[in-house]
Amino acid sequence: MTLVEAVFTKNNLLTAFALVGGLMLVSYWAAGTLTRDRLHGSAIAILLALVLAALAGGKNGLADLPVLSGLGLMGGAMLRDFAIVATAFGARLEEFIKSGFIGMLSLFTGLLVSFVAGGAVAVAFGYRDPVSITTLGAGAATYIVGPVTGTALHADSEVIALSIAAGLVKAIAVMIATPLLAKSIGLDNPRAAMIFGGLMGTNSGVMAGLAATDPKLVPYGAMTATFYTGLGCLLGPSLFFLIARFLF
Amino acid sequence: MPIYGTALLSLCLLAGLSLGRAFGALLRVDSDIGGVGIAMILLILGSGFLQRRGLMKEPSASGILFWGQMYVPIVVAMAATQNVRGALAGGLMAATAGLAAVALCFGLVAVLARKQPANQKLP
Repeated sequence: MTLVEAVFTKNNLLTAFALVGGLMLVSYWAAGTLTRDRLHGSAIAILLALVLAALAGGKNGLADLPVLSGLGLMGGAMLRDFAIVATAFGARLEEFIKSGFIGMLSLFTGLLVSFVAGGAVAVAFGYRDPVSITTLGAGAATYIVGPVTGTALHADSEVIALSIAAGLVKAIAVMIATPLLAKSIGLDNPRAAMIFGGLMGTNSGVMAGLAATDPKLVPYGAMTATFYTGLGCLLGPSLFFLIARFLF
Repeated sequence: MPIYGTALLSLCLLAGLSLGRAFGALLRVDSDIGGVGIAMILLILGSGFLQRRGLMKEPSASGILFWGQMYVPIVVAMAATQNVRGALAGGLMAATAGLAAVALCFGLVAVLARKQPANQKLP
């Protein structure tokens, strides 16, 4: 047994390919037979993966188990960005240009709304100092904007940890809710996908949410979402902090 | 050969990420701004240019298509490596902050996406 385990651990990327392949097989089967395709197979696969990550514990979910460490490489930023860019092959440039303005508008709107929502919740829970309020508001943007803003403003480490948690909740909520809500919010065309990516911004949430809704929409949502975190890191410690300091 | 397509894809992403980083540095942010977006535009322009000249043959294209089709499984692997316990451990405040932002933004998608008649369905 240890002999097999050693082989699986040493070739961890292959173990990850095999495991995810099995997960997809089970999920697509379940989508077809149990939900009669009302839920997309990829939505079930992503949900199942999140449940397994919760059960495994740790900071890196299932990848904390040495045998499954290959999942970290397979689902890491390098291959993820590689695959996203590949989905743009065959996408139409005119679509991006046509919806460029509304995409940019949704980026700024999304950042502002998330920041205000997170900041308002922080105030409701008793925070009164502008540094903590800004950090928590930034966390409601993404789990990267939160700690970057908090570090720049010298926020408490406890507040920074909370801002990361808020961003994680957002990412996971977007992954789960997008396929369920897509129809009712009109998310079925490239323009809506660009607006969606700009408003939500959380890379992992947008990409998994769109994958579970309609993979054809992925490049359009990714196009705007890719600007969100960088823009958030720019606006968080500057403009948003000034607003918070003016109000509190 | 498929490797030609994969190499083009790699170059586009490397160039995009470098430009995104440079853009970030220009604005004094230690973060990449739009790297993946720039890479996607480079790929569309680059592959279009090669296709028009007949330099992008079917096998070369398959080196890009394969990775596009690996997108969903890669996202599943990403989901399996999320810090779900960390999200749950943040308690009520973190959950409320995250969920409030998501709920508001979903509402806004409906408003902004409906502003124009949505007649541009995918082909």
